[in-house]
Amino acid sequence: MLSSTEDDYLTRQLGRTPNPLELDMTSTEWSEHCSYKSSKMLLKLLPTKGTNVIIGPGYDAGVLDVGNGDVITVHIESHNHPSAVDPYGGAATGVGGVIRDIISMGTRPIGLLNALRFAPIENSNSSNSKWLFKNVVKGIADYGNCIGIPNVGGEVEFDKSFREYCLVDVAAIGLGRKDEIIPNEAEHDDLIILAGNPTGRDGIHGASFASKLLVEDRSAVQIPDPFLEKLLIEATREAVKNGCIKAMKDLGGGGLACCLSELSESVGMGFEIELSSVHKKIPSLSPNEIMISESQERMIYIVSKKKQHEFTRILDRFGIAHSNIGTLKDHSDLVILLNGRSIARLKSSLLANAPLVNRRSIRPSYLRKIKKYFVEPAEVKDYEKVILKILSNPNIASKRWVYQQYDHEVGTRTVIKPGEGDASVLRIDDDRFISIKLDGNSKHCYLDPYEGTLGCLSEACRNIRCTGAQPIGIIDHLQFGNPERPSIYWTFKKSIEAIADFCKFMSIPVVGGKVSFYNETRRGAIKPSPVIGAIGLIEGRANIVSSKLESGDSLFIVGSTGEEMGGSEYFENYHQRVGGRVAALNLNMDLLHGNSILQLIHEKITNCVHDCSKGGLAISLIEMALQGNIGISVDLEKIPNRCKRLDYLLFAETNSRYLFATKKPSEAEVFLDKLGCSYSEIGHAGDYDGTIELRQSKKRTISIPLQKARSSYENLDRIMKGNNED
Amino acid sequence: MVKIGLVVFPGSNCDRDVFNVLNNILKLKTEYLWHKTDSIHEFDAVILPGGFSYGDRLRAGIIAARSPIMRQVKKLAERGLPVLGICNGFQILVESGMLPGALLMNRGLNFVCKWTRMEVLNTSTPFTGMLNNNQLINIPVAHGEGRYMIDQDTYESLKKNKQIVFKYKDENPNGSIGSIAGICNDNGNVLGMMPHPERASDQILMPHGLTNNAILIFQSLMLFLSRKKTVNKRRR
Repeated sequence: MLSSTEDDYLTRQLGRTPNPLELDMTSTEWSEHCSYKSSKMLLKLLPTKGTNVIIGPGYDAGVLDVGNGDVITVHIESHNHPSAVDPYGGAATGVGGVIRDIISMGTRPIGLLNALRFAPIENSNSSNSKWLFKNVVKGIADYGNCIGIPNVGGEVEFDKSFREYCLVDVAAIGLGRKDEIIPNEAEHDDLIILAGNPTGRDGIHGASFASKLLVEDRSAVQIPDPFLEKLLIEATREAVKNGCIKAMKDLGGGGLACCLSELSESVGMGFEIELSSVHKKIPSLSPNEIMISESQERMIYIVSKKKQHEFTRILDRFGIAHSNIGTLKDHSDLVILLNGRSIARLKSSLLANAPLVNRRSIRPSYLRKIKKYFVEPAEVKDYEKVILKILSNPNIASKRWVYQQYDHEVGTRTVIKPGEGDASVLRIDDDRFISIKLDGNSKHCYLDPYEGTLGCLSEACRNIRCTGAQPIGIIDHLQFGNPERPSIYWTFKKSIEAIADFCKFMSIPVVGGKVSFYNETRRGAIKPSPVIGAIGLIEGRANIVSSKLESGDSLFIVGSTGEEMGGSEYFENYHQRVGGRVAALNLNMDLLHGNSILQLIHEKITNCVHDCSKGGLAISLIEMALQGNIGISVDLEKIPNRCKRLDYLLFAETNSRYLFATKKPSEAEVFLDKLGCSYSEIGHAGDYDGTIELRQSKKRTISIPLQKARSSYENLDRIMKGNNED
Repeated sequence: MVKIGLVVFPGSNCDRDVFNVLNNILKLKTEYLWHKTDSIHEFDAVILPGGFSYGDRLRAGIIAARSPIMRQVKKLAERGLPVLGICNGFQILVESGMLPGALLMNRGLNFVCKWTRMEVLNTSTPFTGMLNNNQLINIPVAHGEGRYMIDQDTYESLKKNKQIVFKYKDENPNGSIGSIAGICNDNGNVLGMMPHPERASDQILMPHGLTNNAILIFQSLMLFLSRKKTVNKRRR
């Protein structure tokens, strides 16, 4: 529904009262979901240009030059509302949508990632979080597996603020040739072809549904058909190779109304659409149902008359239904005809550009309250127990239960596989590789949206550096509650400012993104949940590193640990305490440490690097020991720190820290001294009777058998396999 | 020159991966065969790659098994030429009756993608000539319906005839009878296997510390075909 101001604006621009169809199309396109009316102004703050950027945000997917005439495309989407109602269908159609964005740029999808957020699942008798988690994973698995695109990585977070809700973010990465990028230029009399699924009543008002707080509405959720998507991928690739396509766009939120107005505006031509030509599931669909249906697996292609037959022959060969629904005109209107009679006529630029809204922002009062009433927890006594407890928390524990359901090998590009390193590495060819990782941290962002978002950016970049990659692009997915509430809008604003500051400082462009508001149920809004994706390039296969420790390795840490406990796993999950100072980011130091690690890799001083973040140092050390299946012995006195308490040293989530292993400790020291990093050699990997030893001089030794650690780390398997009845 | 046909059904998705190993790594001449092709007599061997032909509708492999090209594949197999079905290709071979048994949903009811080791039990097929008995091959599986099932009598006769070519060594990932990973027909020239050798043929794709010995499966085929060509030439 349009607001009264929007209604007035539309009438004024049209010079007449819009008819019901025009009103329906406009209100769909002007929904928050399609129009970005609350966020567009702030998004302008983000740096989008860079040496590798060919096409930045604003298109279906960003395009990055990776040399040799190759490009990669990348995009991120969410499907939160639909997944909260129908987790299987919602998640699956989310995957389908983001893949079509990659196809639309003329590239072949080569990898998928996902970032998922649910309420805690350990004691879930009273909530549906385990059911949501299980079926979201199945929806993503079934869709990605069927179309043969590997799901190569992701992250999962559990937090009470997602009760009876979930966040399902899916990112896709594509590979193509620079000279095959679709020009997006068309001329008078070119044809508009709709291909794929017949249009039906599924997903009616999906975009509007996603633009308000969640109320269960099953008819707004779409139905997935991965087989058809696979055929669309292959047919589109063939048509691209044969130069058949002048412009194309996928149909997503807002259906034909949204797709046609945005495409008409971007090619700068008018469209004349005949609705009776649209192939439909049911003949009785009304014009407005046709215009706003969100039936999945549909694409719009613009082709010249000359290429029409060649193009439709390709579609026919794959058995894809299609219809010629209109032509391009030398004006700038979107004209809708029914049996030759005009039933709607709107300027595309009017439709595609909702009047922007200035939202008020006020620092939320919860921040003051938390600060006022927060009391630090007492130091724990039994460290072994605490460490194992944190390790077994689903936030930290191995996500094997998830990624084993995803085909992460198909395509034969997956060099660093899920569970093997800090980020996924895909090969472009035998000399160039891309590394990609998604990271979010709603606990940090809740307590400090600015520093929390900086932390996500830093963590995502750290993770890809830990595989040897230089960051070349950032994607962001900003998920918040209702932006009409000033306290929510304030958190959004802080988050954008953080991305702008980070990316400008690091000279890493933002190449794609998405904003999702109204992530609320009747229980209230979710915690601010920006999800950041970092994309990096590795040149030379010798520069790919993992986090696998070997016997005899010396262990080093780069970076000093501070008392930054706010939002940490230790506070939130062990002590159930919300508050404290969130890890802040020193941009200079972050860059210095990042570049130093890359240099150590390039100089062949290390081939084993691990990021130190969620759960803190203790957890990161154990993860390395488990990865290498080897004991470690660490002298806690040697760790550079600013902590008064041992628990803070072990569990602080301070940014810009890396752990690495080396067989050349003295070379590493010389190198790091020269670069001016704070670092220390803290221990060794070896037999140590198969234990992880953390020694504090003569005072105490925390000793955890590897086997025990592994058992805790595999807790998610146990939680999920304990229930197979639905 | 030897020529291998690689069948592409709508929904096949490991076709390019197999092509890459045969054509780019092993330099074997390989051509894609669209499922409507009705003449494949000039090919020396056929491979049915993995994927989700027809989106696994009704049941994995059942629709593809009735595709026009399968009549040709059967004829080619009857001439004694090698036919390899990988994953969905194995499901299609079973559904078309070219191999006995059935592939059911995994015992865990979930799709499973993981690295396994499989043991070689028969080295006299065209695909295993360069392998040793009881050799262990590092190879990943990725399937939802890979639990090989057959009645006890046929299972015993498969064992006796050495038709069980591969079995999983450590954990059985899907609950197959006798941990079966791959079987061949009576004649030995038609082989179906659930694990993916094309994903384990290039060293760079191997998990830390494992070698790419699965490529021996394709190299065995290459050797088999080159020997056969030489014999044929001599006969002429």
